[in-house]
Amino acid sequence: MVQNNKVITAKELTKKFGAFTAVDKISFEVEKGEIFGFLGANGAGKTTAMRMLCGLSLPSSGEATVAGYDVYKENELIKKNIGYMSQKFSLYEDLTIKENIRFYAGIYGLSDEKIKEKTELLVKELHLEGEEKTLVRALPLGWKQKLAFSIAIVHDPAIVFLDEPTGGVDPITRREFWTLIYEAAERGITIFVTTHYMDEAEYCNRVSIMVDGRIDALDSPANLMKTYSAGSMDEVFLQLARKASRSE
Amino acid sequence: MQSIVVENIIKTYRTKKTAVDALKGISFSVDKGEIFGIIGPDGAGKTSLFRILTTLLLADSGKAFVDGFDVVKDYTAIRNRVGYMPGKFSLYQDLSVQENLSFFATIFNTTIEKNYDLIKDIYIQIEPFKDRRAGQLSGGMKQKLALCCALIHKPSVLFLDEPTTGVDAVSRKEFWEMLHRLKLQGITILVSTPYMDEAGLCDKVALIQKGKILSVNSPEGIAADFTKPLWAVRAVEMFPLMKAIKQDPMVESCYPFGQFHHVVFKSAENAKEKLEQIQKNGKYTQFEAHAIKPNIEDCFMALMQE
Repeated sequence: MVQNNKVITAKELTKKFGAFTAVDKISFEVEKGEIFGFLGANGAGKTTAMRMLCGLSLPSSGEATVAGYDVYKENELIKKNIGYMSQKFSLYEDLTIKENIRFYAGIYGLSDEKIKEKTELLVKELHLEGEEKTLVRALPLGWKQKLAFSIAIVHDPAIVFLDEPTGGVDPITRREFWTLIYEAAERGITIFVTTHYMDEAEYCNRVSIMVDGRIDALDSPANLMKTYSAGSMDEVFLQLARKASRSE
Repeated sequence: MQSIVVENIIKTYRTKKTAVDALKGISFSVDKGEIFGIIGPDGAGKTSLFRILTTLLLADSGKAFVDGFDVVKDYTAIRNRVGYMPGKFSLYQDLSVQENLSFFATIFNTTIEKNYDLIKDIYIQIEPFKDRRAGQLSGGMKQKLALCCALIHKPSVLFLDEPTTGVDAVSRKEFWEMLHRLKLQGITILVSTPYMDEAGLCDKVALIQKGKILSVNSPEGIAADFTKPLWAVRAVEMFPLMKAIKQDPMVESCYPFGQFHHVVFKSAENAKEKLEQIQKNGKYTQFEAHAIKPNIEDCFMALMQE
């Protein structure tokens, strides 16, 4: 299982597609309960790296473990022990709130008793009492995203991967969403998040920035701003991403 | 002169069981040569508004004019003179870059050569891939091709529905630089975006939420309308600090903004003393507070709560 509190360890992790190196020897570690921001311009290799860490794509070379499992040999175990949520795919619109919870919890192998308990807890936490039988389609986007996040961690995974979770969401709901992230991190769930909002990068404990398949910077937002003499993460990002030689 | 006039537009989508009020009486106008931003989250009604103005959807009531033409009666005249880039990529995926561009030029009875000046800056970036099928392009290149196709007939008004959604910070900056070069050619641009920080790049903006306009003004004007005292506060202990601030009855709201919390007070008196008191009552390290000017997101959140 997870050793030395490291939920992700990656060493020279690489993915090549023919002659093209999408991810180029990235090395980093993520600790338990950490909020880790994974940034990079479109085409920098974020999605490919995330797919390898989620056990969906085999690396070409290098080593990595996620939640204590090896990405080559134990990718099925990785899938069981992580949560995943993206802006594009989250919940089934034509199922109710309760049915969605039941579906995902069932997929992750929770017992009926546990599912019942989790459903009650989750509905209460999100203040959705009385709405259990509402179709997800009828919920405003912000609510859907909050529900999708809670469902992504319904099986108490070691780590949850969030791929642009707040795109298109109004500014107040975006901040409520981050409150949920903080609460999950306090419970010991590690958060791995990508975002295009640079103020959100500043909410992370540490941030990595990918350029041309490499991790060119990795530190706390405060240290990154100091290193790059920048007033905000936006400036740090622009300085680094402008160096990119490959376009998407 | 006004390029776009919108008067009390209402649009409701009805199904058997439900009715969704997409636009609840929207009015604004856009001057010729202006970059006008429609800023709001998903579900605010941005796309419905764009489809009504580009004559692809009929409003339930209200009036709208583009270049002086009525969107209902004069729809053919409008279609000839506007360019439209929908939020969803809508070019022919199985035609090449060049074929798509010639196709749109031909439809509008013109040629690529005739208006090449207008698209040159943008087109040269995708020219190396001119024989590639549009469906095989990356997101950024698709966006550039779609913009070229929307411009090839030299439209007087350009409608861009969420052109920068899902696009990284660097490409977004480049895209806005392109828009400012187009503005110099005299083209009126109506552009929608969910990114509040892009408001500052527009001449004028309408903040929109749930089918209603919250405010229409220049970005500076919107900030000037925010009259309550606003402070940026931080300490190492961000979470406990927020809890303490929110408990104070003088505080209207407190939201995280990057490394700071933005605190809005109900009235101008004693904001500074209040914060000093909060600092004294808790255990904070590296506590820091200063009064700040509101950005568009501060304004949007305040208007949402009114």
